[in-house]
Amino acid sequence: MLKGKMVQGCRAIAETVSLCRPKVISAYPITPQTLIVEELASIVADGGLETEFINVEGEHSAASLVLGASATGVRVFTATSSQGLLLMGEVVFNISGMRLPVVMVNANRSISAPLNIWTDQQDSMIMRDSGWLQMYAENNQEACDLILQAYRIAEDHRIMLPVMVCVDGFVLPHAFEVVDVPSQQEVDAFLPPYKPLYRLDPDKPYTMGAFTEPDKYMETRYMMQRTMEAAIPIVEEVAREFQRAFGRASGGLFEKYRVDDASTVVIALGSMGGTLKDVVDELRGKGQKVGVLRLITYRPFPQEALYEALKGAQNVVVMEKAISVGSSSPVASELRSVFHGRPSSPKISAFVIGLGGRDVTVDDLKVAVAKGQQGLTDLDFVGLRTDLELEGVNA
Amino acid sequence: MLDVKERDKFADHLLASGHTACPGCGQSLAARLVVRAAGRNVIIVNSTGCLEIFTSKYLESAWEVPWIHSLFENTAAVASGVEAALKAIGRLDKVRVIAQGGDGSTFDIGFGAISGMFERGHDILYVCYDNEAYMNTGIQRSGSTPHYARTTTSPPGRVSLGNPLPKKDMPQIALAHGIPYVATASVGYPMDLDRKIRKALSIRGPKYVQIHVPCPLGWGTEPSRTLDYARLAVNTGLYPLYEVENGVTKVLRIPRRAPVEEYLKGQIRFAHLFGKEDRTKQIAQIQKVADDNIQKYGLLGK
Amino acid sequence: MKITLGTVTPPGGSRVNKTGAWRTSVKPRFLQQKCVACNLCALCCPEGCVFGTGQRTYYANEDFCKGCGICASVCPMHDIEMIPEATEDA
Repeated sequence: MLKGKMVQGCRAIAETVSLCRPKVISAYPITPQTLIVEELASIVADGGLETEFINVEGEHSAASLVLGASATGVRVFTATSSQGLLLMGEVVFNISGMRLPVVMVNANRSISAPLNIWTDQQDSMIMRDSGWLQMYAENNQEACDLILQAYRIAEDHRIMLPVMVCVDGFVLPHAFEVVDVPSQQEVDAFLPPYKPLYRLDPDKPYTMGAFTEPDKYMETRYMMQRTMEAAIPIVEEVAREFQRAFGRASGGLFEKYRVDDASTVVIALGSMGGTLKDVVDELRGKGQKVGVLRLITYRPFPQEALYEALKGAQNVVVMEKAISVGSSSPVASELRSVFHGRPSSPKISAFVIGLGGRDVTVDDLKVAVAKGQQGLTDLDFVGLRTDLELEGVNA
Repeated sequence: MLDVKERDKFADHLLASGHTACPGCGQSLAARLVVRAAGRNVIIVNSTGCLEIFTSKYLESAWEVPWIHSLFENTAAVASGVEAALKAIGRLDKVRVIAQGGDGSTFDIGFGAISGMFERGHDILYVCYDNEAYMNTGIQRSGSTPHYARTTTSPPGRVSLGNPLPKKDMPQIALAHGIPYVATASVGYPMDLDRKIRKALSIRGPKYVQIHVPCPLGWGTEPSRTLDYARLAVNTGLYPLYEVENGVTKVLRIPRRAPVEEYLKGQIRFAHLFGKEDRTKQIAQIQKVADDNIQKYGLLGK
Repeated sequence: MKITLGTVTPPGGSRVNKTGAWRTSVKPRFLQQKCVACNLCALCCPEGCVFGTGQRTYYANEDFCKGCGICASVCPMHDIEMIPEATEDA
């Protein structure tokens, strides 16, 4: 248990995972997830967690191993980043389609090629169609809190879908922060043992992973879609229970910072939300009515709640560390569809920032916010270097 | 609808009737024999392939034991997870884990995961049903396809004589991992197969059993002669039957030696070697594979 | 009919599928004359539809028999013949 201790993010995350008592853990090393798994390994090696901790030969196998263990009825954990998440992509869809409540921490990292180990959110964005819930942490305290809530949400019989907790790579796991990690007793009270609906058991045999013909497949996706919709109030419910149990607000659909009377609202996911709060304070000091809405639950996409929160704004400025190459950026695209067909819509501008781990500075953000306030922008790369020749584009 | 008496008779068939395998499918028979030898206290992890498709249509499962299918290449990894979970909840001593798949899944796409599972020492029996091609997707060449065999992706033609590559020696690769039990078997010798499965399941640690199973459709053989062709493969020496338990090799001596022609000429996948052109050189190469096996494994005794 | 979470399927449901309807040319006739109850026919049937409880009692359940002929080929006493599908039952 850590109370108000300065600790490296990976350690706090590992201790929190350990408190959730997963019976099987399997992962494959990839920067910047490595430290989390290493901390877990040392906790296990010191007898701090009774679990089967299995080093595998690749991420596809890591995800497959936790799939098999989850199907056998036990709580599991895995973690990855970037290329690893892509490599296990097939299994990611398999896990959600099989309705297994796996919890994964994804240390957000950029996508090759070119190879780049630093943080952006392209990797988890690629999995937005997978049927996993996705929650993004601003800081390590929230990362730990979201892990506890993730197991509650995933294993809820009304949901039974896997949850991906996203933490900005390096920025969170490698950084030192003051974090409260609860006691085992507190976690046990909040997170009861996992009760599977179906499991592999000779005493009650089931066939899992049956194939369906066209006459039944569509219904399985409909079921997942409806479950995702039903998950929105459950995510809020779990956040409220978390607050009752641990005394702090954490998780939920999004965090509103000075949004209610704002004429310009900035949208962001993850640690960038923290920097934006500083930007907002500075601009408010100059008399601008700006706010930041930090989206925590990206899947399911909380359409109605976002509509209510943003309908009063004139400008919405979406800052994303991801891009759907050939189209716009993911969150901006989805946010625009929230307002489609409504009586009015704010101008929703899309900015891409910080790809490949490029620093997201207060100055960059101020420039982008100003641009978004001036007029509709799509798709702007914030801080694009002008001193480089780009073959095929300007050279 | 079956009456109660009939249903009771079926009750000990852990792979139920009504599965949609082709008539005479060697793999369906082998799978029945494997689960029969394993009994009810088993969890089976199955890769994508013929066996998975013909036994696990939603609501029409042929399996009477707990069974899971995930993907094509991750069977050994999923099985590792099942085994780890059983270990974590203290049930691994009572419940056995079998991972099974075809040669495509085993020799090729699932190779890495199998190697990892062997290397980590999981208590899992891996069964490979070897019909020497990707049959479920329409008879394409795999790493197990023998030299000169016709498949849709290695067809004979004006400038080709069929599969130009030798069969990968998967049992030897399994042995190289130092696992406690490796065996080859044939659906043509069902009691030997049964014995090897029971033997494997009595051993703790990773095990590999590879079962030769003719595919009437893919090989172009008569369904009624599935066991005959399986036996011929053994009797020519092309499919040596041996088992290695903790480094000690035991071999099934060839009951009745046959020249490779006797095995090859009834199969449409080798018919191009018996046409108008003289293919004695190619047949001799296949005979050499058989002869080398006979010598290497001592298949004719001392 | 219910679609379960993850298409989890109960065991043994395949028996609704009467694969005997697949037969087009031949079916087995168990002569029950020279049978010594070696059980090879029952053991080697890929459908698991051959049954017997002693010498000269073996038969194939025609609801499931696909007519592959393995039983006839494996019987060491040649006590099983494959006869035309249209033959009336004795």
